[in-house]
Amino acid sequence: MTDTPVPLKRTPLRDVHAAAGAKMVPFGGWDMPVQYTGIIEEHRCVRSAVGLFDISHMGEFEVRGPGALAAVQTLTTNDASTLAIGQVQYSLLCYPEGGIVDDLTLYRLAEDHYMLTVNASNIDKDWAWVTEGGRGGGWTNVSAETGLLAVQGPKAEALVQRLADRDVTRVLYYQFAQGAVAGVPCLISRTGYTGEDGFELYAPAAQLETLWHALMGAGKGDGIQPIGLGARDTLRLEMKFALYGNDIDETTNPLEAGLGWVVKPAKGEFIGRAAIEAMRAAGVTRKLVGFEMAERAVARHGYRLLKAGDPVGVVTSGSFSPSLERCIGMGYVRADLAPVGAELDVDIRGQAHRARVAKTPFVPSHAKKT
Amino acid sequence: MANVPGELRYTKEHEWAKLEGDKARVGITAFAQEQLGDVVFVELPKVGAKITAMKTFGVVESVKAVSDLFAPLSGEVVEINAELPKKPEVVNADPYGQGWMIVIKLSNAKEWDGLMPAGDYGKLIAAAGH
Repeated sequence: MTDTPVPLKRTPLRDVHAAAGAKMVPFGGWDMPVQYTGIIEEHRCVRSAVGLFDISHMGEFEVRGPGALAAVQTLTTNDASTLAIGQVQYSLLCYPEGGIVDDLTLYRLAEDHYMLTVNASNIDKDWAWVTEGGRGGGWTNVSAETGLLAVQGPKAEALVQRLADRDVTRVLYYQFAQGAVAGVPCLISRTGYTGEDGFELYAPAAQLETLWHALMGAGKGDGIQPIGLGARDTLRLEMKFALYGNDIDETTNPLEAGLGWVVKPAKGEFIGRAAIEAMRAAGVTRKLVGFEMAERAVARHGYRLLKAGDPVGVVTSGSFSPSLERCIGMGYVRADLAPVGAELDVDIRGQAHRARVAKTPFVPSHAKKT
Repeated sequence: MANVPGELRYTKEHEWAKLEGDKARVGITAFAQEQLGDVVFVELPKVGAKITAMKTFGVVESVKAVSDLFAPLSGEVVEINAELPKKPEVVNADPYGQGWMIVIKLSNAKEWDGLMPAGDYGKLIAAAGH
């Protein structure tokens, strides 16, 4: 029996990317641009100027009605009751055993109205999970009609402000405003996954191309470039931001992943709470750390971490860091080897290459927090 | 139009070879470096290593991926490009020139005839969508 190939899903900008010379690759079931001019150049553009990302492949679910907050509180680990309208929260969906279903951002849109932004590769799984019988709330999957662009970099604020119909400089990190950008109705969210200041702009899929071209045009003098998934990955790795499927998944729990800060047991019952509390009491046996290689050797997902030749962990992400011009990575190691400075080896094609647990983020964040 | 110099021969794995007497200089093609993206690391054999045609002789890593390098020809490595560990980006900038990787002293010169001429290689990469 042969598998029937499933056609890749396309964002509203798929043809725009191809016309711009992007190299397209399959990613989580989507046909996505991995790079336009080159990962290193695009990475540096975001760190030094401004870059534009199509991240429409990500999923958006809305929940509204009198049961909305209770539904969100049951499903997610962070305390959604602390969110005011106009605020965003990073949070997790967990299984009862404490493994991670997905990581997400939660938006409080109105009194009884929330939006969850989830990973592209997890949309179907997450939708089944949040709507499973008896969870409460009225859910809508708006992924298909919602486009999403990220504008990231030190020149992002000024660029978005030039096109926006309101003062976006007052929107601080993890806050959002509703407004128009280049005449397109947007949810203007001061979030992103690069460590730079910037915005994520949610807009109707049908008007996304208008928004894309307006930003590319208005950002010309700033040196704006379209940025592919390759640089998105190196940018988030320099911040030690976890990527679902690489660094976190159903076999990892929030405490060992360093995401204990988004688990709030004091808020009351939620799925996974008991298991995570038990783990917290017992202490975790492994931790997700960042490490730097001593030489130019790239540690990749799945490579073994060693201590004196013995396996002590596994690499979950690794790359050359364009900002540091060194090779960096993330991985789970035995808890006693997690402190900064601990010496490890990475097994790269049968040879041990020296690495050292590093302080993270690897580069400072420039998110506008005040 | 892809850059496929006529005087070189090619493998289907996208290495090139240039005959220099009883030796051959070897690198990866312009198409290969374009597919890989930014090259950040090249692992080469030591001078004196014996390599076999169509077996791996090293590794090239880009930001995104690891790829094996396949020997176009059998023989002994008599020279390696010592600049590459320091400047792997020259593989992107000049794949047929300063981005060369090794020089092999051939143990079986007849293998040359089994390599693809430029025309065939050009068709191969055109079929790959370029």
